[in-house]
Amino acid sequence: MSKVGAPKKLIINNKRLDGRKLDEMREIKIDVGNLKRAQGSAVFAFGNTKAQAAAYGPKIMHPRYLQDPTRTVLRCKYSLLPFSTKERARPGHSRRSTELSKVITEAFSSVVYLSGSPKTAIDVFIEILQADASTRCAGINAASLALADAGIEMRDLISSCAVGKIDGKLVLDVFGLEDNYGEVDCAMAVIGKTDKFVLLQMDGIVTKEEFFKILEIGRQGCYKIYDEQKRALKEKYGIMGEENVTEK
Amino acid sequence: MSELLVKDREFVTPGDVLATGLDYLPGNGCYREKDEIKSKLLGLVKLKERYISIIPLAGVYSPRQGDGIIGVITDLQPNMWIVDINSPYDAILLISEASNDFIDTRRRDLSSYYDIGDIIYAKILSVTKSKHITLTMKDRKTKKLISGKIMSITPSKVPRLIGKMGSMIELIKTKTNCQIVVGQNGVVWIKGEKESLASKAIKLIESEAHIEGLTDKVTKLLEGDLDE
Amino acid sequence: MLLRNKSYVKKMAEDQIRVDGRKLDEMREIKIEKGVISSAEGSAKVTIGNTVVLAGIKIGIGEPFPDTPDEGILMVGAELSPVASPEFESGPPGPDAVELARIIDRGIRESHCIELDKLVIKEGEQVYMINIDIHVLNHDGNLIDAAGLAAIAALIDAKLPKVEDGRIILDEKIENVPVVDKPIPITTVKISNTLMLDTTADEWDSLDARLTITTNNNGYICAVQKGGEGYFTLDEIKKAVDFTIKYGKELRKLL
Repeated sequence: MSKVGAPKKLIINNKRLDGRKLDEMREIKIDVGNLKRAQGSAVFAFGNTKAQAAAYGPKIMHPRYLQDPTRTVLRCKYSLLPFSTKERARPGHSRRSTELSKVITEAFSSVVYLSGSPKTAIDVFIEILQADASTRCAGINAASLALADAGIEMRDLISSCAVGKIDGKLVLDVFGLEDNYGEVDCAMAVIGKTDKFVLLQMDGIVTKEEFFKILEIGRQGCYKIYDEQKRALKEKYGIMGEENVTEK
Repeated sequence: MSELLVKDREFVTPGDVLATGLDYLPGNGCYREKDEIKSKLLGLVKLKERYISIIPLAGVYSPRQGDGIIGVITDLQPNMWIVDINSPYDAILLISEASNDFIDTRRRDLSSYYDIGDIIYAKILSVTKSKHITLTMKDRKTKKLISGKIMSITPSKVPRLIGKMGSMIELIKTKTNCQIVVGQNGVVWIKGEKESLASKAIKLIESEAHIEGLTDKVTKLLEGDLDE
Repeated sequence: MLLRNKSYVKKMAEDQIRVDGRKLDEMREIKIEKGVISSAEGSAKVTIGNTVVLAGIKIGIGEPFPDTPDEGILMVGAELSPVASPEFESGPPGPDAVELARIIDRGIRESHCIELDKLVIKEGEQVYMINIDIHVLNHDGNLIDAAGLAAIAALIDAKLPKVEDGRIILDEKIENVPVVDKPIPITTVKISNTLMLDTTADEWDSLDARLTITTNNNGYICAVQKGGEGYFTLDEIKKAVDFTIKYGKELRKLL
């Protein structure tokens, strides 16, 4: 079963088609607080995959009948912008964006504090500006930063990346071509630098041993991203002097 | 073996470990996980004896008893007013707390005291666990704010806006010849000669609260616009 | 408002006990019936304890996708019918139904269980389109595993209709849908740090997190989906994988 346009090989001389080594991540670019009206915002990019996130809350939840009298309702919404993919993506909901919104909300539910403000909502919006695989991962990374930027209480940041299998070899951070023509794609997200997986989705055939290798490679990748996220937050606010927040 | 890993005023992010061991206690914005105290927020560390807490650099207003806040009346009910206080929860002003005078509802309509759209500087009387917030207008500092304009800033920037011993806010008041009232909930009321200039200065402080040399920058803005 | 029995399910789970007394990895009685819907090209009904799930297959013809002109088309849909539980509402599929459909879809697609290249009538122009629709009739937990079994059973039951002069003749069946693998999803649920299989509706409502792993005939993993607001540690994932490989094999024998 061949796919039209499939390249003969995805790895040549131990280098991937975009020049990377097997365990090399794409260049990461982060911008925290780029949207001034949003309570918190951030852009996170893996190479050509770019995600914008914005976070609001806790705020009064509408519609009222969906309020939870015991805690905050967390709603994460993932969407692909129409011009983000090669072929125009139809704007609005799709089954894929519905599922991703669900699993991303579930991922953040482990770290965002939801019990302090009953009947309120925290809304996180993730918009994929450019899609070149690992969009949900970029989205989660951006959302983590947006939540922190918004001053929303969290146990820790969540970091996410994807591992693939191409030409029989495991690689870190697949890009579009590898995602389309590769054999396996596994997206994961962990809490801080722990082994607690809050997101885990895999397609493709692997043995039990390969699966655990994938989790290990991905986990280490996530830890690298965590360091980058922390650095970006510190950079944005890093200019601290004596003359800052004073007491009354 | 307890160890403090951060200094006072150090910038931290969610998940950062602030201290180990059981000697230190987690205050606002911190939590304990086994034998570590970690930050829940993006903010600055505040150390007070054994308590570690975080001053947030962003976030919504979390109502606290005793806070002086600026609110807008949004609804009238048989014996109370509903007030928008720029927080995830609305607050209530009961008749019994509305005035030091006796209110006779048979003689006067509630709206003659406070009507929908009125702006008030009130004190938070109580905040229950289920987030029912009640206000009082019987404190000597509380009052209705007539005319003027209101704007809002991130609540965590309020201390910066007020400044050491009120110095920053006084600077703006004198240079713009305005009355200014700042609510702990981030709402600011301005009335006077150069209201626009005052709000410009306030916006500047909000966006650069964490940067050095802010007082000079604000002074320059206020003086440079004398010929406005 | 539905009464939920979360607190006692969670408390018992802390002590590794289940409400109905089953062992943590013990599954309820499973019944699989094929060919239950005469109007479908393939169908099956799966019962696990009180959970009842129906899968119906309708086969049509159409143009292939532009990037796979030599393959038939597979689509999987799911509905959580209001007849199945007072908590399901009528209307278009919500996030739970969409997720269920996509998990089953991925298991079937990634395992290459259907030989899609054998569904070509005229390459690049006309191929068979296989629509699997999962309909939950009674919800007492473990919907994903039941749906997965029902989908495969229905595929095994399904027959391709004849196509003549570019038109489909539904009443004349020519051969079985080419099925070469039986991907089985097994969902491991975590409640109060205890892992268990085949949860009832009450247990499902109390879960902290769930991990659905689908394996193929060879015991290889072909799809993984974590759900729920909690997390899985590496050790817990390893235990779930072991459960899946063991019980995937057992359940496959039933098909």
